[in-house]
Amino acid sequence: MDFRWSAEDEAFREEVRSWLKEHLVGEYAALGSGGGPADETGWDVRLEWEKQLGEAGWIGLGWPKEYGGRGASITQQLIFNEEYAKANAPARVSFFGEGLLGPTLIAFGTEEQKQRFLPGILKCKELWCQGFSEPDAGSDLANVKTRAILDGDEWVVNGQKVWTTLAHHSDWIFAVCRTDPEAPKHKGLSFILLPMDQPGIDVKPLKQLTGSAEFNEVFFTDARTSADLVVGNINEGWKVAMGTLGFERGTAFLAQQLHFQHECEQVIDYAKKQGLSDDPIVRQKLADAWIGVQIMKYNGFRSITKMLATGSPPPEASISKLYWSHWHRHLGELEMELMGPWSEVLAGPNYELEEFQSSFLLSRAETIYTGSTEIQKNIIGERVLGLPREPAAS
Amino acid sequence: MNFAFSEEQEELRRTVRAFLEDKSSSAEVRRLMETEEGYDPAVWEQMGSQLGLQGLAIPEEYGGSGYSYVELIVVLEEMGRALLTAPYFSTVALAANAILHSGDDAAKKELLPGIASGETIATVAMTEDNGRWDAEGITATATKSGDGYTIDGHKMFVLDGHTANLIIVAAKTGDNISLFTVAGDAAGLTRTPLATMDQTRKQARLEFSATPAKLLGTEGEGWPVLSRVLDLAAVALAAEQVGGAQKCLDMSVDYAKVRVQFGRPIGSFQAIKHKCADMLLEVESAKSAAYYAGWAAAELNDELPTVASLAKAYCSDAYFHAAAENIQIHGGIGFTWEHDAHLYFKRAKSSQLLLGDPTYHRELLAQRIGI
Repeated sequence: MDFRWSAEDEAFREEVRSWLKEHLVGEYAALGSGGGPADETGWDVRLEWEKQLGEAGWIGLGWPKEYGGRGASITQQLIFNEEYAKANAPARVSFFGEGLLGPTLIAFGTEEQKQRFLPGILKCKELWCQGFSEPDAGSDLANVKTRAILDGDEWVVNGQKVWTTLAHHSDWIFAVCRTDPEAPKHKGLSFILLPMDQPGIDVKPLKQLTGSAEFNEVFFTDARTSADLVVGNINEGWKVAMGTLGFERGTAFLAQQLHFQHECEQVIDYAKKQGLSDDPIVRQKLADAWIGVQIMKYNGFRSITKMLATGSPPPEASISKLYWSHWHRHLGELEMELMGPWSEVLAGPNYELEEFQSSFLLSRAETIYTGSTEIQKNIIGERVLGLPREPAAS
Repeated sequence: MNFAFSEEQEELRRTVRAFLEDKSSSAEVRRLMETEEGYDPAVWEQMGSQLGLQGLAIPEEYGGSGYSYVELIVVLEEMGRALLTAPYFSTVALAANAILHSGDDAAKKELLPGIASGETIATVAMTEDNGRWDAEGITATATKSGDGYTIDGHKMFVLDGHTANLIIVAAKTGDNISLFTVAGDAAGLTRTPLATMDQTRKQARLEFSATPAKLLGTEGEGWPVLSRVLDLAAVALAAEQVGGAQKCLDMSVDYAKVRVQFGRPIGSFQAIKHKCADMLLEVESAKSAAYYAGWAAAELNDELPTVASLAKAYCSDAYFHAAAENIQIHGGIGFTWEHDAHLYFKRAKSSQLLLGDPTYHRELLAQRIGI
């Protein structure tokens, strides 16, 4: 056991720090770290900032050099994310391209697809959204009904996606579509890339309970895309989509932990300033929140160690999402409790939320997206503990 | 960045596990828990002379093998898993730590070799009838008498207090607290074993009446030493709890795979599967906390007091929850005396309250992080 980083890694950390110090100024610095994949606060500024990151080569850090990445080690990616969070730099806008589609193309795409799409992601010139969920395909993702039919040298797509984060800002969508309705449900799917700017695609914002609309419904009516824009083999899209979901658990968790730790410290400061921290029950709750966020860090250290040894996250890493989402939900409830009657008073008209209010409300999405709590527990029960699967419904 | 045990530490784990599977089987635990002394002298002797477990983290100059606290928590985790019924926690986690951190070189030379070899069973007598784990709870007094001291008062809930040859007593000298060593057979010491709900960990009541005692460390400076010992012991206990919690999860998962109701293994029902997933999350998180605390204890760094309370609070609740769910998942059979589930459940409860309950440690933590 040793919690120190190597001299080489520390040198890399210094490089990240000095770049951030030089470039994170003015309106970029003023923005802070607010916003997120499902929160478009300061969108235009974040987009400009992301382009700067791309120019400097900080996007696609861990991608292989042959595809324009830096080929950075897992440790270096962790350090970059950690320093980025410490610097309170803007929330990233290219998550779906950099974090999901890029790695998917590198693993499953053709050489032409890689050459065509990876540079746009690396320079933040093309933004992507993820077309997986549908009204009848949430936790049961393989129940996708959106239909793609090959018509000459084009796919023709009809159907509907939902919960499509940032679709209204995106240039492209990667969508799981049904290409063989006769095959068993996991076996008739394909992973298809479509341009968003076309008459066959209609994006309707889905106003969520926070009052804003980062999610969308995406409707396909004879939408078209080139026949060669299927990733992996036709009807083998399930394997590709599962690969994509595997990339969701990347190297961002130290940064995320820091973000949560920062929020926890804000809560503690708030309690002190409001004179609430002398109350023994409040003290218990604050200590409990703090314990939770520290354990998140220790769990992260253990996962990193295993990742460094094996190259991929250990099965136990699946507890991480379950852990942080529920911890954050509790913290949001504590924030409301500490604010007391002020928790009801909004920051301004048009349902403008205070930070704690926003956190409290958004946390209800976190136990649902990227695999709900219940699905996570099934995965843990079956894949980590080896418990028998539920008999399939007839 | 490396948060894993070394190959040597994993080897130590395998050795200790194999030894305990042999010497601390369910039948042995049950045999020993019915006895008043609560340990097998032959096994204790083997642990000391053959495996060197008592002296593992004692420096070589005092007869130990000089390993770190990280090795110690590996051993304690295995002991928790096997519900080892022996005075190891009291002797090593409490008494040896107290002597090691007393700053009393003469006492270290005199007392540690006996602990390391397994000859000495030792304990720390701190708590009294008030059940408190802080300095204010200590009311027994020590008075200077000739070259030494005499102690008056009582101690309660003393782990293995009736079998220890060496007792480290916390008593008041004026307004402050000092530590003393008292021989198990000292004059004026009356020791009464307690009948306890958790029969795998023995406790005693000690009455002192002008009992001769020898100062350990410096007069009036006992509390800072004791406070550090309580932190180190909390880390040790957290490791024990992790071992017990993992065993409860293993028992539950094994049973859920084979117990059939409604024509299918109960583990295929989400009601059971999700319970097990929750237990895994807590057991893994408890491991992270206990191991990290073990590292802080090995380094004796500034983080130790906070992570000790953190680990004690979290691992206590994780173990109790796992032990309670283990009974629930087993259903009726889990409520029988014959099944081991109750042994873990009772150990989990006694450990949760030992050294201060989770509420106490969360409060301590709040103070330690400046809330």
